[in-house]
Amino acid sequence: MVATTVTVDGVAVGRVERPTTTAEVAAVLREAAADGHTVVPTGAGTKITWGLPPHSADVLLDLSGLDGVVEHEAGDLIVTARAGTPLAQVQEQVASAGQRLLLDETVPGGTVGGILATNASGPRRLLGGTMRDLLIGVTFVRADGVIARAGGKVVKNVAGYDVGKLLVGSYGTLAVVTECTFRLHPVPRARRWLTAPVGSGQEAHALTQAMIHAQVVPAAVDVAIDADGRGTLTVLLEGRPDGVEGRADVVRRLLGETAESDHAPEGWGGYPWDATATERDVALKLAFGISGLGDVLEAARGLIVRGSSGAGVLYAALPATGSDPADIAATVERLRGVCVHHRGSLVVLDAPVGLKPALDVWGPVPALGLMQRVKDEFDPDRRLSPGRFVGGI
Amino acid sequence: MTTTPIQRLTRRARELLPPAGVITDEARLRTYECDGLAHYRVTPALVVIPEDTGQLAGIVRACAELGVPYVARGSGTGLSGGALPHAEGVLVVTSRLRAIREIRVEDQRAVVEPGVINLDVTRAATPSGYYYAPDPSSQQVCSIGGNVAENSGGAHCLKYGFTTNHVTGVEMVTPDGELVRLGGDAPDTPGYDLLGAVVGSEGTLGVVTEVTVRLTRLPEKVVTVLAGFDSTDRAGAAVSAIIAAGVVPAAVEMMDALSIEAAEAAVQCHYPAGAGAVLVVELDGPSSDVDAEYADVAQLCEQNGAFEVRTATDAAERALIWKGRKSAFAAVGRISPDYIVQDGVIPRTALPEVLRRIGELSEQSGVRVANVFHAGDGNLHPLVLFDDAVEGAGQAAEEVSRAILDLCIEHGGSITGEHGVGADKAPYMARMFAEDDLDTMQLVRCAFDPDRISNPGKVFPTPRLCGERPGRRRGVHPLQEAGLAEVF
Repeated sequence: MVATTVTVDGVAVGRVERPTTTAEVAAVLREAAADGHTVVPTGAGTKITWGLPPHSADVLLDLSGLDGVVEHEAGDLIVTARAGTPLAQVQEQVASAGQRLLLDETVPGGTVGGILATNASGPRRLLGGTMRDLLIGVTFVRADGVIARAGGKVVKNVAGYDVGKLLVGSYGTLAVVTECTFRLHPVPRARRWLTAPVGSGQEAHALTQAMIHAQVVPAAVDVAIDADGRGTLTVLLEGRPDGVEGRADVVRRLLGETAESDHAPEGWGGYPWDATATERDVALKLAFGISGLGDVLEAARGLIVRGSSGAGVLYAALPATGSDPADIAATVERLRGVCVHHRGSLVVLDAPVGLKPALDVWGPVPALGLMQRVKDEFDPDRRLSPGRFVGGI
Repeated sequence: MTTTPIQRLTRRARELLPPAGVITDEARLRTYECDGLAHYRVTPALVVIPEDTGQLAGIVRACAELGVPYVARGSGTGLSGGALPHAEGVLVVTSRLRAIREIRVEDQRAVVEPGVINLDVTRAATPSGYYYAPDPSSQQVCSIGGNVAENSGGAHCLKYGFTTNHVTGVEMVTPDGELVRLGGDAPDTPGYDLLGAVVGSEGTLGVVTEVTVRLTRLPEKVVTVLAGFDSTDRAGAAVSAIIAAGVVPAAVEMMDALSIEAAEAAVQCHYPAGAGAVLVVELDGPSSDVDAEYADVAQLCEQNGAFEVRTATDAAERALIWKGRKSAFAAVGRISPDYIVQDGVIPRTALPEVLRRIGELSEQSGVRVANVFHAGDGNLHPLVLFDDAVEGAGQAAEEVSRAILDLCIEHGGSITGEHGVGADKAPYMARMFAEDDLDTMQLVRCAFDPDRISNPGKVFPTPRLCGERPGRRRGVHPLQEAGLAEVF
């Protein structure tokens, strides 16, 4: 136990615990349960301010010491890593066998557990999906300190409920994940990024539609749009050298003028905000049916926007400094309206802590009653990251 | 005179549904007594066949009010007894809910009713250059609602994933009668991924009334390779080499000598003569990539001892290669009066060892086992052959079958890769999972269905008591009530 003046998104932390095994995590949680203490799990802390601030953080459960790859079975294309393992470390280890975990590192240093908790994703989600599609097994500790597992070590497995999917994107409010097993993919032999300028949201829309309907199987189709509504669209092709070359021809025909590289362009796959800045931007995640891309980009004109246009997920940065909170809230609601119209959602991932009370961070959430019931079953005393998630969960 | 809940439900059903949709006649009820796993039979107390999703929701709501257990059934093709009826309950059949409501290519989505046949989604999308990727071998008859319940896979899930990776949203009736939407068109709906829990929950968390699926672009080129080997070990080594080379085939299927024999007898597929094992490897994608991968696969098969490699590049030739594989289950009927199909999964690298152990089991017991499997992902489908007319044969087959599942668990695998747990494998759940694991899964059940009226008796060996539900909140959230928060 460490005495501390640490805070989590402005909330004072009672003490920090740094367990290094699942059993130690269970011991901390059992003790917290007995004492009625609230617990906020964290990994590298790169996304700890996402969501709402917790109501209370008696214990900050620092999982960065619960790290390391436990098992990499190259022949079975699976890897098991402890939750506090940085994604980059997993990638490095599996790369030795010509394999990769098909997740992008959207924030440097992020751990697999943190990516799981926030369901963070990058451009390659178009090819590999997100955490929910790659997680095949999970070990976790419940709020009452009970250790449990779901899934397993094989990709194909329909035995029992897929509790892992419930934990993905649950922001540390259901249980504390300690170990994850993922399916892996081979590292492609060739890759090519092709970037074309776009002059408007509607042009980005038209080119995105052309890319996803062409038979080029893009690994990513993403956009980077500046405040003036102009920017670029980048297509990533991966595969056999001959295959990539053949598909690049098709892409060139459809995109016209392109810049090409065998390496990721500067800033590709990152968020449009600077998470390390002292004055945080309001960080928005916009999701929508892909036919809504043009409308969403038009509505977001004036903001810096990045994201997977091919998957229908964009990120936008809304400068907070010097703006009236009511104006920011109005902008959030206006953009949310467009996303909802296109069958999607808008979430305020992050914002300066003083601004969060003025914003509807999560927006309308369908089936919230069921979610409350799930929470009540897993954490009836509401001690895990209380208040951070939807509906006050 | 008091009426039973089922009598009251029948009355409600007659109000909600047209007469043809309410079946109470004993002889007709009996036609629904089993699904694809025919040795489990229970006659339901009532069968209802709603004609629209409003009627479907109404029936479930009535069950919730009256506390009557219900079981949803799509086409009844399941192989784990997941749609086995409940003797005091109602069987809700979705087979008339077959409207494909929307095909939206610009969103790569289709919206369908739960009774829509899997292959019909693909048929509807093909003119636009799209298809629905999950392809269970029953895809010509199985329903999307059933696929959602079972998280169905298929031969091509090696590359494309399972139902859970292709369903982006559902509308469902919960066991307390509430109509909710989970997920949608767009990805990453805020809140818990309840959809991820519902897909594959085998009808124990509610009944879906509408399903939104992702449509996948049809591949530019498809090549299917058939390779003959003298043993499953050699064929297995070829699979390992293909995976190690970084190729992700759309499908890799293997059949052993006994299953080849059965397929030949049934459909004359003319697989390489004298083969101890055949591999079917399908590659799909952009032409130039497929060509490069094909060269690798053909070479790796030969290097690992394939004595014959055939290649199909058009639909007719492909169908010929797939004919033997797809007929395998039915074909064993030619060489054995009865059989048990298992669906265990092992890490692919354990294949040679597990196949050897299955061979030993077969030898020791005198029970023949034909092996057909998805070799790429280690999903075995051992067909345990027996003649029920011979005394003790059924039991001997059961024992071998159980021992095979134990082998799967011992090797860190799963008791089911795609058929589901259902009524059949519920007792095995306690071998694969610890008590705390099963207890935790049932927390989800308690949140959705504390009274266990939705497909009771399936999946879990021992039901968890959900207690008094202290935290169930239906109205205003306490924080909101206390004025601490306005918007959620």
